[in-house]
Amino acid sequence: MTAPLASEPSLWVLFRGQLRRDLKLAFGQPSELANPLAFFVVVITLFPLGVSPEPGVLSGMAPGVLWIAALLATLLGLEALFRRDRDDGTLEQMVLRAQPLYLPVVARMLAHWMVTGLPLTLLAPLLGGMLNLAPEARLPLMLGLALGTPVLVLLGGVGAALTVGLRTGGVLLALLVLPLFVPVLILGVSAAELASSGLDPAGPLLWLAAGASFAITAVPFAIAAALRIGVETG
Amino acid sequence: MKYIFDRLRWPDGLRRLWHRMGSPRWFYETTGPWVPWLAAAAALLIGVGTVWGLAYAPPDYLQGDSFRIIYIHVPAAYLAQAGYILMAICGVVLLVWRMKLADMVMATVAPIGAAFTFLALATGSIWGKPTWGTYWIWDARITSVLILLFLYLGIMGLRRAIERPEAAGRACAILAIVGVINIPIIKYSVDWWMTLHQPATFSVTSAPAMPPIMWLPLLLNVLGFNLLFAVSVIQGTRTEVLLRERRTRWVTDLCRQERA
Repeated sequence: MTAPLASEPSLWVLFRGQLRRDLKLAFGQPSELANPLAFFVVVITLFPLGVSPEPGVLSGMAPGVLWIAALLATLLGLEALFRRDRDDGTLEQMVLRAQPLYLPVVARMLAHWMVTGLPLTLLAPLLGGMLNLAPEARLPLMLGLALGTPVLVLLGGVGAALTVGLRTGGVLLALLVLPLFVPVLILGVSAAELASSGLDPAGPLLWLAAGASFAITAVPFAIAAALRIGVETG
Repeated sequence: MKYIFDRLRWPDGLRRLWHRMGSPRWFYETTGPWVPWLAAAAALLIGVGTVWGLAYAPPDYLQGDSFRIIYIHVPAAYLAQAGYILMAICGVVLLVWRMKLADMVMATVAPIGAAFTFLALATGSIWGKPTWGTYWIWDARITSVLILLFLYLGIMGLRRAIERPEAAGRACAILAIVGVINIPIIKYSVDWWMTLHQPATFSVTSAPAMPPIMWLPLLLNVLGFNLLFAVSVIQGTRTEVLLRERRTRWVTDLCRQERA
């Protein structure tokens, strides 16, 4: 590694610039922004139609249904995560920069979470109400999603980075990342279920918080390493 | 990591071995004579262990004869997990030292490990019918082994999808390392989710609960399956070495000798 040149921006400027750019690009295409959310709502609508509209049945499966729909909506957004940057050469410039790739990756993932995970989290109580989720479970569900979706986005980011150069990435990406999503799913659902049966949901939520801290610290390194390989494979 | 490793005082022999392992040719030439011996020992151990276990060990007081599938199930389940860990270790070696041989071993282990995982699932499912009354239960351990199978399939799919072997190897290495950190987390989360499976049969720290006549054949089979796994990985890696080094001088010379 060579020392950064004097003309290159500081790490903080780099981080802020990357975040601002990614958010601007995301808001530039509102339809792409809305698609995962619409998908989330549509999938949830299918469950009362396909399984049962009985309030009792619905309230029992509500946490699981909401979480699985959130998982799939996250997955849907992942394929495009690095694709455009790769196609127009931005990704190569990111990789070639003298500064560590870690910070731009964190900014990229934060921007992606702000336009996918965060709206899902905010939308969840409404859909929970439609699925007859117990009122006391709504806050744990939201907290679980707020802590769990960053982990999903980060783990998914590894898969997206590894498959960025491939033509047939989509299905492979699902196979790579869905097994890794299992702990988040279990913890998130059990927090909401504990709360809806009147118990304290703190345990799984604290585990999710621990997982999120670990993932935010460690996973961007894996994404950065995967991007370096992904750039070569194309 | 490489920094620390390089500064440790290793015995000279070990250091030389490590450097030699950088050469696929050395691996090919050294392991060639081992293969028949390992294969024979594996066949002997598995043969004796299986016949003893199936025909001569006493039936279980609770499960009757159905427990005998343990002699296949336990070694397969153990190697399924060990194979993934081996793959992740090879991944670290590949990423840190760029050792080509590690990538070749990793490429070989993935399908073999997946096969053992499938064997563990299939035998477990068959065993479940007489003991639990059903072929499939969403029990914690079954579920985590199923997820392990998905992790194996993901790695195999990724390797197949990337055309350049060097890039494919490093991509699989990253995935294997992320996966191996996740395996205990998956295991504990699934355990927490539900527990129905009986606890582990063998433990290093305590004496086995079975009489020796029942666990001795299991021990033979565990050793035999280990050797079978080793010989499969070695033979597979040798094939991989020839395939990847097919343009080098020593492989073309070898082919010419074989033909003559």
